[in-house]
Amino acid sequence: MTETTSSVAPPAPAAAEKLKFYGLWIGAAVVLLLLPKLFSSGGSLTTFSLIGISIIFSLSYNILLGQTGMLSFGHAVYYGLGGFLVIHAINIIGANKLPIPLPLVPLIGGLTGLFFAMLLGWVSTQRSGTAFAMISLGVAELVASSALILRTFFGGEAGISANRTKVFRLFEWSFGPQIQIYYLVAGWTLLAVIAMYALTRTPLGRMCNAVRDNPERVQFVGYDPHVVRYIAFCFAGFFAGIAGALAAINFEIANSAYLGAVQSGSVLFATYIGGVGFFIGPIVGAIFVTFLSLGLSDLTQVWQLYFGLIFIAVVVFAPGGITGLLMMHRPLLKAGTFGRVLPSYLIAFVPTLAMLIGLILATEIIVFHAVHSGDDSNIKAFGVPFDAANRYLWAMSAILLIGGYFVARRTWTMVGHAWDEATSGAREKGAVA
Amino acid sequence: MLELIVMSTLNGVLYGMLLFLMASGLTVIFSMLGVLNFAHASFYMLGAFFGFQISRWFGFWPALVIAPLLAGAIGAAVERYGLRRVHKNGHVAELLFTFGLAFAIEEVVQIIWGKSPVDFRIPPVLDFPAFTIFSTNYPAYKMFMLLVSIVIFAALLITLKKTRIGLIVQAALTHPHMVGHLGHNVGRIFMLVFGVGTALAAVAGVIAGPALVTQANMAGLLGPILFVVVVVGGLGSLPGAFVASLLIGLVQTFAVSMNGSLSGAFGPLSPDYAATWLADIWNVTIAQIAPIMPYVLLVLILIFRPMGLLGTRET
Amino acid sequence: MSTAIELRGVEKNFGITSVIRNVSLTVAQGERHALIGPNGAGKSTLFNLISGYMVPSTGSILLRDEVVSGLPPYQINRRGLSRSFQVTNVFANMSVWENLRCAVLWAAGYRYTFWKNIDNLPEVRERTARILSDINLTARRDVPAGLLTYAEQRALEIGITVAGGANVILLDEPTAGMSHAETERAVELIRRLTEGCTLLIVEHDMSVVFGLADRISVLVYGQIIASGTPEEIRGNPKVREAYLGEEAA
Repeated sequence: MTETTSSVAPPAPAAAEKLKFYGLWIGAAVVLLLLPKLFSSGGSLTTFSLIGISIIFSLSYNILLGQTGMLSFGHAVYYGLGGFLVIHAINIIGANKLPIPLPLVPLIGGLTGLFFAMLLGWVSTQRSGTAFAMISLGVAELVASSALILRTFFGGEAGISANRTKVFRLFEWSFGPQIQIYYLVAGWTLLAVIAMYALTRTPLGRMCNAVRDNPERVQFVGYDPHVVRYIAFCFAGFFAGIAGALAAINFEIANSAYLGAVQSGSVLFATYIGGVGFFIGPIVGAIFVTFLSLGLSDLTQVWQLYFGLIFIAVVVFAPGGITGLLMMHRPLLKAGTFGRVLPSYLIAFVPTLAMLIGLILATEIIVFHAVHSGDDSNIKAFGVPFDAANRYLWAMSAILLIGGYFVARRTWTMVGHAWDEATSGAREKGAVA
Repeated sequence: MLELIVMSTLNGVLYGMLLFLMASGLTVIFSMLGVLNFAHASFYMLGAFFGFQISRWFGFWPALVIAPLLAGAIGAAVERYGLRRVHKNGHVAELLFTFGLAFAIEEVVQIIWGKSPVDFRIPPVLDFPAFTIFSTNYPAYKMFMLLVSIVIFAALLITLKKTRIGLIVQAALTHPHMVGHLGHNVGRIFMLVFGVGTALAAVAGVIAGPALVTQANMAGLLGPILFVVVVVGGLGSLPGAFVASLLIGLVQTFAVSMNGSLSGAFGPLSPDYAATWLADIWNVTIAQIAPIMPYVLLVLILIFRPMGLLGTRET
Repeated sequence: MSTAIELRGVEKNFGITSVIRNVSLTVAQGERHALIGPNGAGKSTLFNLISGYMVPSTGSILLRDEVVSGLPPYQINRRGLSRSFQVTNVFANMSVWENLRCAVLWAAGYRYTFWKNIDNLPEVRERTARILSDINLTARRDVPAGLLTYAEQRALEIGITVAGGANVILLDEPTAGMSHAETERAVELIRRLTEGCTLLIVEHDMSVVFGLADRISVLVYGQIIASGTPEEIRGNPKVREAYLGEEAA
């Protein structure tokens, strides 16, 4: 290495940093191993399995959206086809006593996703931006509608099922109990996350980012943006296929909902809410959205509406997602000026919370009167019982909502000022570029 | 056979005109604001449900006027208070915003009117057969639908050719980058265009509601076809959207009325394997694949004419 | 001396407007050739045609005796031609370092590689570091390109253009909008970075043109009205009339 390189290039990571880096992965592995010891109920194991699947799926989606700048409305196609193929594979393996153990079966799903991504991707990735989004939607509708016509393979409305315990056994693991499925999912999640992280650090991964930023200029440094998008699309299909396979193994069934618009929409929600700008974003999103959909559905009937509103709020107010919001604060924390925004946060928190409570209360009251107007008006939402017919409550929700909005708007202006001050403080200390 | 062709052509043109009512708004909004309104079909749905509710209270004719105005007002508000805020975060954020909006509107409609179809009836004045061809009665309401869409089509054409706003919209269609230089009232024009576009979709909803099924999933069913129309026609091309609307209207209507299948065509000549693992493909009728025809068309267009039928623009 | 770029009867029409009319031009290998002309003469269009961004309506363009007109930009770039843009055109969300590295990758032979860690490619690292120090942005290495000052972005623009090691370089108004001192530094930079390369440059600043170019072509209304050494161009009455008139006065 020449003298300029060593003085100019980013320094190679020090031993301590490398240790921290590998320690992170080992730590993640240890956590995954120990989780079932802490939460051993069947319900939590199922939740963890779902989260693992969702993490792989969301990260695969972010290869498209976050890394390469392709907004897809049809990513579930590759997830679903992976799932269907795996159910068929399990049945074939079981019937013919093939020596393929269950832990290898997700690979079949991955290869299925890869195959279909290679097949459909070349046409889809010819254009980027809005055209790509519409095309992905059209292709997804094509596949989803075809699935309903090809009943022998896709099993019509009911779908097809399989018995995972009938597969060739290795070390007497039957994969009947959820705990074994959990470890299967956890293992594949860790592998897939590492692989997808590694992908971002390859020449292809960097060119994906370049295509996202400026596809025009990419052409003038020797790359065909179509090819870059296509390869990224294939990788996304591969990992989506693995996620679909794991879901199929987990539920022992695959049906048309796997490749439908709802599935495509929810992976978009999870990824975007988590944050597309950082590798960890989709992981955060997958965890958050899985808990949210499980939790909200217990708390209120109209949880999907809240879910949609949360998504819209993220798009409008926090385009970087949860991770983006948190990462914004890193330079402030580094420079030690975070303390300057904290009080304004606390002040803004009160009216914002009041506004949200007002909004929720109003929504629940309106929903009650729209849906069950004749029933008993003593209802319960978010675990709080109240009387939906109570006029004082109506007034209160209106006051909270409207009053909260106006006060909150003023306090958020304060937050803005505090933020500018803290950032310029951080800039003086050199923590911000 | 002739009967089939005449009926299917009539129905196909009608369906195509309805599609164009929506696709025209979508196209103009895309050209001017640069955002493909994912929630466009949701405004069609809102139109149908508002129409249903208002016709219950005041009758069909007031509903035909009030429902689109209401939906258009909501559309204008969405542009003013939603899209305009998101604009600075780029086109992906705008598209996602309308996507979230479509999701939320569907939820709200489901909460208020439930998941099952509502009883939105054809007004009695129009509930008679308009004429009889080949012993089949053609309903007057369908002729009314055709009439409304043609009147609006003509009005749109005149607005585009003769008014100042129309000229601006035309300029935006051919030179999208120029929109930014329109001057201080650009915001109001955007709001107006978005409002009118969504109101047009709502008109389609009100008149289609009684003839088709008014249900909370109608936006989800129609939305993707609408996007096929604008991509097949060529993003941002109004004539393209018109041609593609009629094309898809006709293709789907004709496919639905045909019963042929491969096994029917080959009959006893069917190879043995056709009865087993190819059975699905072998026995499916053209009518059954009608729903996927628009998407097949989309893929074919993308392979042979990636810009769309009359499109010129890259993105 | 062999030719680097050759244009044979190139025309470009947009609808009924012809922007480039029957242009024939030869740039020899190793030559520094400047393209001058009033605004709207079609200089940028000519660049777009040569670099493959647009396809000529008629005529052909040759790069080292190989016809390249009709090829997409990346094919032409792989054949050793690189261009910069008049309006800065960088990867705005990526750091300066990443910007330059992306420009190095293809030429270094890594193409669509997805099985190697990008940080473990010594030759890519070395070349990126050299370009970085050449364009004097070492201190701004980790800053996103979108946050650079205008002059820094222009330097990065040139850096990206030369990073791939192409030996035919097209620069589209590299000093536009710069102060006098910045222009002087930029010219020095261009001179240094394009050493041994063929250079075709569009420039408005006459001091830059006459200081840098071996030969000059004058483009007016889509036609080349004169081509020659700086002395010849300075003395050409047609050029003085059509273009230099106001500045020579």
